[in-house]
Amino acid sequence: MSKLGKIIKVAGPLVVAENMTGSKMFDIVSVSEKKLMGEIIGFSGDAASIQVYEETGGIGVGEPVYPTGVPLTVELGPGIIESIYDGIQRPLNKIYDKAGDYITRGVQVEALDTEKKWKFEPIAKKGDNVSEGDFLGFVQETPIIKHYIMVPFGTAGEIKSIEDGEFTIKDTVACIKTKNGDVDVKMVQKWPVREQRPYTEKISPDMPLFTGQRVIDMFFPLARGGTACVPGPFGSGKTVIQHQLAKWVDAEVIVYIGCGERGNEMTDVLLEFPELVDPKSGIPLMKRTVMIANTSNMPVAAREASVYTGITIAEYFRDMGYSVALLADSTSRWAEAMREISGRLEEMPGEEGYPAYLGAKIASFYERSGVVKCLSGENDRVGALSVIGAVSPPGGDLSDPVVQATLRVVKVFWSLEANLAYSRHFPAISWLNSYSLYIDNISDYVKKNVKDDYFDLQTEAMRILEKESELEEIVRLVGMDALSAEDRLILLTARMIREDFLHQNAFHEVDTYSPVEKQYKMMDLIIYFYNQARDYIKLGADIKLIETMKVRNRIARMKYIKNTEIEKIDTIKEEINTEISSLIEE
Amino acid sequence: MLKEYKSIVNVSGPLLHVEGLEGVKYEELVEIRLVDGSIRNGKVLEVDGDKALVQVFEGTTGIETEKTSVRFLGRGIHMYVSPDILGKVFTGLGRPKTERDKIIPEKSIDINGAPINPYARDYPNEFIQTGISSIDGLNTLVRGQKLPIFSGSGLPHNRIAAQIARQAAVLGKKEEFAVVFVAIGITFEESQFFISDFEKSGAISRSVLILNLANDPAIERIATPRVGLTCAEYLAFELNMHVLVILTDMTNYCEALKEVSAARKEVPGRRGYPGYLYTDLATIYERAGRIKGKTGSITQIPILTMPEDDKTHPIPDLTGYITEGQIILSRSLHKKKLSPPIDVLPSLSRLKDKGIGKGKTREDHSDIFNQLYAAYARGKEVQELAVILGEAALTDMDKIYFKFAENFENEYVSQGEYENRSIEKTLDLGWKLLSIFPREELKRIRDEYLDKYLPRFKKEEPGES
Repeated sequence: MSKLGKIIKVAGPLVVAENMTGSKMFDIVSVSEKKLMGEIIGFSGDAASIQVYEETGGIGVGEPVYPTGVPLTVELGPGIIESIYDGIQRPLNKIYDKAGDYITRGVQVEALDTEKKWKFEPIAKKGDNVSEGDFLGFVQETPIIKHYIMVPFGTAGEIKSIEDGEFTIKDTVACIKTKNGDVDVKMVQKWPVREQRPYTEKISPDMPLFTGQRVIDMFFPLARGGTACVPGPFGSGKTVIQHQLAKWVDAEVIVYIGCGERGNEMTDVLLEFPELVDPKSGIPLMKRTVMIANTSNMPVAAREASVYTGITIAEYFRDMGYSVALLADSTSRWAEAMREISGRLEEMPGEEGYPAYLGAKIASFYERSGVVKCLSGENDRVGALSVIGAVSPPGGDLSDPVVQATLRVVKVFWSLEANLAYSRHFPAISWLNSYSLYIDNISDYVKKNVKDDYFDLQTEAMRILEKESELEEIVRLVGMDALSAEDRLILLTARMIREDFLHQNAFHEVDTYSPVEKQYKMMDLIIYFYNQARDYIKLGADIKLIETMKVRNRIARMKYIKNTEIEKIDTIKEEINTEISSLIEE
Repeated sequence: MLKEYKSIVNVSGPLLHVEGLEGVKYEELVEIRLVDGSIRNGKVLEVDGDKALVQVFEGTTGIETEKTSVRFLGRGIHMYVSPDILGKVFTGLGRPKTERDKIIPEKSIDINGAPINPYARDYPNEFIQTGISSIDGLNTLVRGQKLPIFSGSGLPHNRIAAQIARQAAVLGKKEEFAVVFVAIGITFEESQFFISDFEKSGAISRSVLILNLANDPAIERIATPRVGLTCAEYLAFELNMHVLVILTDMTNYCEALKEVSAARKEVPGRRGYPGYLYTDLATIYERAGRIKGKTGSITQIPILTMPEDDKTHPIPDLTGYITEGQIILSRSLHKKKLSPPIDVLPSLSRLKDKGIGKGKTREDHSDIFNQLYAAYARGKEVQELAVILGEAALTDMDKIYFKFAENFENEYVSQGEYENRSIEKTLDLGWKLLSIFPREELKRIRDEYLDKYLPRFKKEEPGES
């Protein structure tokens, strides 16, 4: 191994050490006798710049730096699900056991439990010819996650032996005879976080990823394997949206990265997820979730690493053929971590002090998403990784470099607006500014599997909402009385769409999750009401009679109808008919 | 044993460059002895070869490069604590202010603290009744929360903070509590206001005062909130007390940080503030909370004055991204003589959902909260419309909203400085105000609560509808 380095400079999270020849860029090193973990991010002659993942107080010139010769890696194997890690994959519960209430420095813990025995059930058998990515067997990690053990990348050959029974992750479960000799396969593998995991081929997303959130699924849907961003000022509900998605999104594995955010929010997730039950499987949500928590007061360099740790874990499950959703809250804090390190390196800053490579880093992060044909010789396994990033622009200003760099790569934009949040219209996603570029990709699937006029309803609703914003301008100038009855009906309907459909209460036991069938029925009903009322107005009816119709109260409460009783929504149509015909009689 | 150096080569602003050093550590505490024998304190900001950059807390006036000597103490800044700190006054660096404030230390604690493991945290969910309707009803404070007051110069933020400190209570409980009051660069008068208020209410004997006033060294302010929070952590997690920390004024803290950053010639972020302002503020604000298995808690109320009342200024902006909500004061409400002038629409408490409801406040709290917000927001829109078109042009329903917004500000938001409203009273007041709407308009409230509560208030005012 290479020789010891010697520290010559300490400035915040940046340490410079000399005598570092032999180490490579992005190698991990141990700094000082306290064994703080750091990563090499630059060289100048034989001096290496090191970003340190822990507080550097008390470190001085002349202290040693121990090279390890390997880049920052994560350990991938059974035991990942239900874990809560810090930015460099140290389990926080084990740090707690070891160090107590506070995260002290230099704590060294294993990422995965090495003692626990897992039941390994083989899929391949002795004598099979396997290549990289092929399933050897699986471990039933949680009731809903089969954790497949795959042939490591770069290995191919004939299975010499394969076990069946209980093993720890350190035990050998199979032996593969390759060209270069025998390879023992264990249940754990390591992967460098900054390197994308390989796949055979990327394919275009063509399936929707439903979230149970009406404004998203109906108006700005996400595709399985797609990317989305949620920028918004503080208090506009970014985190609640991220939590809602983590709870209800129709994915098999969730990776939640709390990157530079509040400690109490992570605690909230930790306490709530084991209690909440997945609507499909009936299993606690925690059984499909991996969490990375690097809160705002934890070291800034580890924050920079946390998004890579998270996405590598997500890719690993994608490689097993799962649909994985990665939620990152917030990517702005990640960008700020880059800015801080870049500043300490005295690099020439770009916009707002962010490094010039900000855009490239953001783009390559989001590009690790997608639907892929997994690397495997034998079958057409397809996995998907969807990435949803929150962005926290200063003052909610969308011209912020992080927002702009993000918008250049993501396909769905959910714009959060402070004004909506102030009137407690949640989710505060603006229906006028947001967009989804996946509608064409997924429309075939939706037409076939949900309803063929799903997007027609959406178009009609959108037309009404857009018309509303035009009409509001007029009302502001000349008053409501100047509008025709038909225009006033538009305003009424738009209000119903906003209040009875788009507004969704995340803390109401029923309303928090709306299956897509229910969403369809709700929107269908509102448009039905609109059409009926419009016909009635054409007969010369007074708009005031329509505004005070009793059935509107029923419509307003349809969101609270239980998801198992959604047929009840259809009965409201009859009520509309009865009430209108009784009005006509009068 | 500790070496003394007389090798200051450069003094710029609050910073010293010292050369020819050996074994100096990052963030180490430094003692600077001036020619006249007086001692100042500093902290190592950077070590580079045999050079170090030292930030002097008390300013560099009187320091010269020839005779001034520098000693490196081999440890960070520590605060000496014991249960006797209650009732005592300390300087911004945590030294006793007068002879009377000296204690016999039991323990010395590094003021920087360490991040609380998110796994060790307990979720804040105990409702604190402040007796102020616009906080209890709409922006509920819970134990272990950090809820800042965003104010502007000339607004009565101090009075609100003092009222909270005076009235704050957890329903149905009598427990040990303490107040840590941290003055960061505020005037003597402002700090005296708090002290005399604490004296009046008797809270002074359960308070720790950390005072860095406007004429105290500016750079010292970087340490001041940390000293206060170190005391708070000691009281909360070692002596099991419920601690309320008031930090005022955080804007002065950020200015001090900016000054150091500028002196270091760092690349500035927005508006000249350092790029690491977010991370730095987080290391202060995140020291609020509760810890599993401990009875104590730290609730923080930082106060900051927004330059030009601009919420998008980096200080309130970054604070809002870290804290669990914010109470925003409004100049226009203040001009209308409403007290407290809390602008409820942009104010927010993120932790309210876990602190309210059945068994905590009352079952209808969440619904009535949503309804009040929605109605007031619409009422404000209508009021704007009325300014352009005249009240006569409003629809009948809009007229009710107009009236509601007025009543809401005058009766709900506005209350006396010494009026302590119970949560029951606050919630009932909400129902009373909402009762001017027809029932169908109250869409955000569940039917069962409408059935249960609304008739009580409708009956009282049969004339209105």
